[in-house]
Amino acid sequence: MIEIGLGHYLTFGAIIFSIGTLGIFLNRKNVIVILMSVELILLAVNINLVSFSIYLQDITGQIFTMLILTVAAAEAAIGLAIIVAYYRNRGSVRVEEINEMKG
Amino acid sequence: MIAHALFFYFFSIIAILSAIMVIVSRNTVHAVFFLILDFISIASLFILIGAEFLGMMMIIVYVGAVAVLFLFVVMLLNVSEQKLSWFRGSRKTKHIPIGLAVGAVILLELIVVVGGWKYRDTFSETKFLNFEKDFTNTHAIGNVMYTEYIHLFQISGLILLLSMIGAIVLTYRKREGVKRQNYFTQVGREREDSIKLVEVESGKGINLDD
Repeated sequence: MIEIGLGHYLTFGAIIFSIGTLGIFLNRKNVIVILMSVELILLAVNINLVSFSIYLQDITGQIFTMLILTVAAAEAAIGLAIIVAYYRNRGSVRVEEINEMKG
Repeated sequence: MIAHALFFYFFSIIAILSAIMVIVSRNTVHAVFFLILDFISIASLFILIGAEFLGMMMIIVYVGAVAVLFLFVVMLLNVSEQKLSWFRGSRKTKHIPIGLAVGAVILLELIVVVGGWKYRDTFSETKFLNFEKDFTNTHAIGNVMYTEYIHLFQISGLILLLSMIGAIVLTYRKREGVKRQNYFTQVGREREDSIKLVEVESGKGINLDD
């Protein structure tokens, strides 16, 4: 308990990842919360990469974390742009009402 | 070591609680605030284990850009008013217990993987890159980022450019009745289009209206 090792950080990342996944499954409100859950998942991946990078004394993980950071920012920008465009057309971003492409 | 443990538990408990609050809070604005708290806690954890540059970068990129973007869109679209009851749709849906079960199984699997993971000697054969003790974290990252990983760096720049163009294209809207400057007609204007030379006889004046 006192000695904090790699396992603690990996467990922490796993918990954050699961919370993000649950946020996607359980969401009934609006699409923006789903985007936030995706951000949480990417954050959990970052935690894993950084803790392995520190543990193995290899800087490569931190470089890839920066790449993931870039992709997360780009994804947030594109996703929010899609949401804004959808809201302009429909007037709502509720998850239940987005079923235009349902078979 | 005890201080490390105390700080780790402090920041990680705050991060987990705020992550839970992100997905369960009814008001979307509150969810964004908890997301900011989550980002800051995890950035503190990064600084705690020695990745200072990434911790600061997380605060700059996530809190300074992404969270503000979220907040901006939430307030712009006025969706924070759509307060629905948590875990219940307007129609009867079956997917809530299934979603909970899948989430629990994912967490269980990840915990099992972490618990069963043992340090293998083959792991240490990965390529070690300039991780020297007398360098600072920023120095070490800068050493490899512009040499070994220059292509990744350039690709991430391209990704940012692509996302910028995509966001502009998606949200661009052409409005009617707005006067715009047209460079081509401006530059392509000829002398004959705008000037007319008139011979004026003395003492008669001229009628300009025709």
